Order: sequence, then structure tokens, then C-alpha cells
Amino acid sequence: MTADRAAERVAPPRPLRRFELAPVGGIWRHELALFRRYWRSQTFAATVEPTFYLLAFGYGFGSLVAVVSGMRYLDFMATGVVGIAALFTAVFPGMFNGYIRRVFQHTYDAILATPVDVHELVAGEALWIAAKSSVYSCTPLVVALFFGLDPAPGMLLVPFVVFWLSLGFALFGMWTSTVVPSINSFDYVITGVVTPLFLVAGTFFPVDALPRWAQYVAMANPLFHCVELVRHAVFGLRPAADVGHLALLVVFSALMWLLAVRGMRRRLID
Amino acid sequence: MAVQRGAQTSVRASAEGGTAAISMRGVVKRFGDFTAVDGLDLEVAPGTCLGLLGPNGAGKSTTMKLLTAQAIADEGAIRVLGLPVPGESKRVRAAMGVVPQQDNLDEELTARENLEVFAHLYRVPRRERRAAVDDALALAHLTGRAHTKVDDLSGGMRRRLLIARGLVHRPALVLLDEPTVGLDPQVRAELWGLIDGLRSHGTTVLMSTHYIEEAERLADDCALMSRGRVVARGAPAELIAEHAGRQVVEHFGPPERLAEVERLAHAAGLATRRTGPSVSVLKAEAMPPSLAEELGPDGVRRAATLEDVFVLLTGESVE
Repeated sequence: MTADRAAERVAPPRPLRRFELAPVGGIWRHELALFRRYWRSQTFAATVEPTFYLLAFGYGFGSLVAVVSGMRYLDFMATGVVGIAALFTAVFPGMFNGYIRRVFQHTYDAILATPVDVHELVAGEALWIAAKSSVYSCTPLVVALFFGLDPAPGMLLVPFVVFWLSLGFALFGMWTSTVVPSINSFDYVITGVVTPLFLVAGTFFPVDALPRWAQYVAMANPLFHCVELVRHAVFGLRPAADVGHLALLVVFSALMWLLAVRGMRRRLID
Repeated sequence: MAVQRGAQTSVRASAEGGTAAISMRGVVKRFGDFTAVDGLDLEVAPGTCLGLLGPNGAGKSTTMKLLTAQAIADEGAIRVLGLPVPGESKRVRAAMGVVPQQDNLDEELTARENLEVFAHLYRVPRRERRAAVDDALALAHLTGRAHTKVDDLSGGMRRRLLIARGLVHRPALVLLDEPTVGLDPQVRAELWGLIDGLRSHGTTVLMSTHYIEEAERLADDCALMSRGRVVARGAPAELIAEHAGRQVVEHFGPPERLAEVERLAHAAGLATRRTGPSVSVLKAEAMPPSLAEELGPDGVRRAATLEDVFVLLTGESVE
């Protein structure tokens, strides 16, 4: 019985394709099993954190600045916080899961001993993070509805916009996890890269208030384009500009994909 | 015994379009200046258990990684189950189970969840998955602990689960890297039963170990590795007969005495090995009476073991 079944599996009917969905499904099965363990805590954080932001900045700061870029400060900020949530819920799992599962838990070695190649591993992990991040990043909008944000049909586009930013930053995080010599070195990435990115992106204040050089920096920041798209989705699309913003996010994700796959392959295959 | 088993499985082998389950020819793998595998030739017949013996650093683990394409050879040709590696490595991995030396189970998940994830990764068809996981749990004697988190399992249970995880898709070939290292004798004996059961069902097993007894008990055939290549190959009994003879005489004494025994034995063309506080003279049955007299009557006779061969061929000092 064993031998028969073993023999059946010796030659799968078709040669395995270069990129397959089955490995991604297997990796998602792993993520789903883990998600069952932590969904409560993550949902708590994703809901309560933007509430605090909106209370503190929306009311506190909003009492000083009533209107920004033609919108209520609280609305301006709530849409900005969507982008920040997307950045954080993508880049941190990318970095820390990428590092811990590769170096400490050796999960990636275990997965690569099964019919999964490095690029499929990276795709499975990054797509999961991006999918989860694009759902959770909408919670600030939902919270803001209770703070008086007007519902708009365009809000339904938000997860699809955020997805590309999250994918790019999940892959960026995974790539940095292959570059840092130790887990402590993430401090450089967090303080040196992530913090400026989330501040100079039109999240808490509009970029046109910044000096010209900083505006150029913001233009190069994927988060800026994501936040613009989110605002346009909520307050009215501007098709010409939005196609440009979206294209930039897709290009960013593609670039990070190449770096992450190359980095992981270098670290995981001797 | 080994020959018989090879004959039985030759039908399956030819159906697979190859003769050997594993074939490595002239394989070289370098890490910078260090050559981990240095012109390795290795063939494993389908349905047999090959014990890969060697001291730490001999290249056993690298050899395992080369077979799953988790390391890419610098030179040489590798075929597994008739398919070239790394070219067709994904197909090979689908039919192969890997049990790593280092426990990489997911500690946050239960025993069952770990197996379910790998049933997916190994592409067990949906309708067979539940049965495959149940079978694997039963094989590991963990049916009653299915919903226990791995973190809460004992060391022996974890190792059984690790082995079951590599068998959940009923592979044709299993790679076991030091399967019983660091375990209690009871647990080791239990795992030996499990591994022997696999082989008797026709699964090809490549098992690296530095426990000599493990190889003697389980392996049809042993390959002794040293410095990245195979230095001896054969059934355990053949290797012992060829390199250590039938009997060994052990002489105890202070260092000067041991050096003296070594000098006398070597002068007579007999090999020796240090055995802690003693020197073992190999092939003692072939010892000329004159030498026996010179060495004195204090020698203790014992049967030659695979360990004698191991130390003789891989050197007394380990880096």
C-alpha cells in the first residue's frame, strides 16, 4: 500500500511550472494557521490605535487647524493614517517574519525542502502580508466614520490601492531582512528609513507646506502616492493623476520583488 | 539481503526511467576557500537504506542539501529518482521527504496543524489530506497529542513529529539527517523501528548519522565520508571484515606503552586505533604469533566493529 502510493507520487503528471499557485496556497495555509492564533490581538491594535490617533490629533490638533487642503483636519488625518497603517502592517511583518523565520525558526529551510521555490516562498509571504494589510488598513476609515467622515462609494477602492503599497513594503521588509547582519540592525532601517517615510508623505500635514527639496523627497516616497490615492478615492478621483500614482506603486512593488527574491535566494540557497 | 531488496525494486526503478534512486557523480561544493564536498560519487539503489557515516564536517549535511537543491553544486551531476537536480528539483522534492537535523517545526502550531501545512506544501490531493495527516499522526504515535502545541511536546515527541512531517505525502525517498541525535536510548530504539518499517515498505532511505550502532542496525549499505568524499562503501559486515578484520585486541597502559604497541603493530603491517585509554590492534586474527608475544598477554580480545572502521578511515582527530 505504502509502496504503491509512493510510486504514484514519483512523477507528477505534468512537469512543474516555473511559477505555480500550489506553493502559494501551501504558504497561505501556514499563515492562516498562525493567524488563528493572533487575529484577536491584531484586530484590537488595528482598531484601537487609529481611534487614539484620531482622538489625540483629530481633536487636539484639529482645534488649532480646522481645515487642511480644503478638508476637515480630522478627515485629512484619517486618510493619512490609512497609509501609515498600510506601511506599518506591511513593512514590520516583512522585516521581522522574514528574519525570524529564516534565521531563528528555520521555517524557510523547511518550506524549501518541499516543492516550493524561493520566488514562490517570497510571493506567498508577501501576498499574505499585503492582503492582510490592505484589509486592516481600512480600519482607520471605519473608525473615522464614527468621527463624522462622510461615507463615499470610492472608499471601496481603498483596499485595492493600499494593496500595492503593502506589497511593495512587505517585499522591502523581506529584502532588508536579507541585508541586515543581525536583528538589532533593523533599528537603522526603522529610524533611518521607515520613520522619515511615514512623516514626509502628506500624512499628518500636507507636503506643500514643506520646503521644495522636501517636496521632491515626498514625490519619491511610495507612501505619499498611496495617501494621495486614498484621499482621491474618498473625496473624489482625479483619473489622470491617479493612474500615475498607481503606476508608481506598481513599479515600486515590482522593484522590491526583484530585490527581495534575489536577497532571499542568496541567503537561502548555498 | 540488500541484493535481494534491490532486485525486488528494480521494476519500480525502471518504471521511473532510472536505475538509482540517488546518483551523484563527481560532485564538488565549495564555500569560499572551503571545499565541503570534494568529488563525491554516490549511488543509492531504490528500496534500500544507505547510512551516510562520517565525522562532523565530513560533508554529510551539505550532501543532503545538494539533493534538495538547497545547495547548488559547483561541479558534477546529480540525479534523484531519475530526474536531474537542480534542473527538475521541484518534481524531485514532491516525491521526497526531508527530515532535517535541526528541529524546524512551527512551535506556535499544534502537531496536527504542522502536518496539515506540510500536507499542503507537499501537494497531497485535497480528498486525501485528512487521511494523510491522520496516518502521519498515528505513525508518530501522536494521535492523542494532535491538538497539543509543538512547544508543549517532549523532545522525543517533537522528533517523531519531525519525521512524520517528512512522510506525510508518502514519499518514495526519505532523507534523514541525524534522525536520533540527542535522544534517549528508548526514543532512539523506537525511531529505529519506525525507520526500519519505512524501508520494509519499499521506501528508499538516505540516513546520515555519526552513531555507528544506528548504521549497523538500519543500513543495508554504508558510505563512509571523510573530507567531502566517500572513502569506503559496502554493507556494514563487509566494511568491518575488509578494514578491521574479525577481531581486535585492545591494550591498556600509560601513553608510552600505547605508543609502543602502536609501533610494534605498525611494524608488522597491522593497523591500530586509539580507543580512549587503550590502543586497539585491528585484524588481530591475522596477527603473527611473534607479534602477539611481543605485545604481551595483557590484551583484551573483542569483535571488530564498524566504529573501528570509522576511526581508522576518517582519522583519530576530528577538526
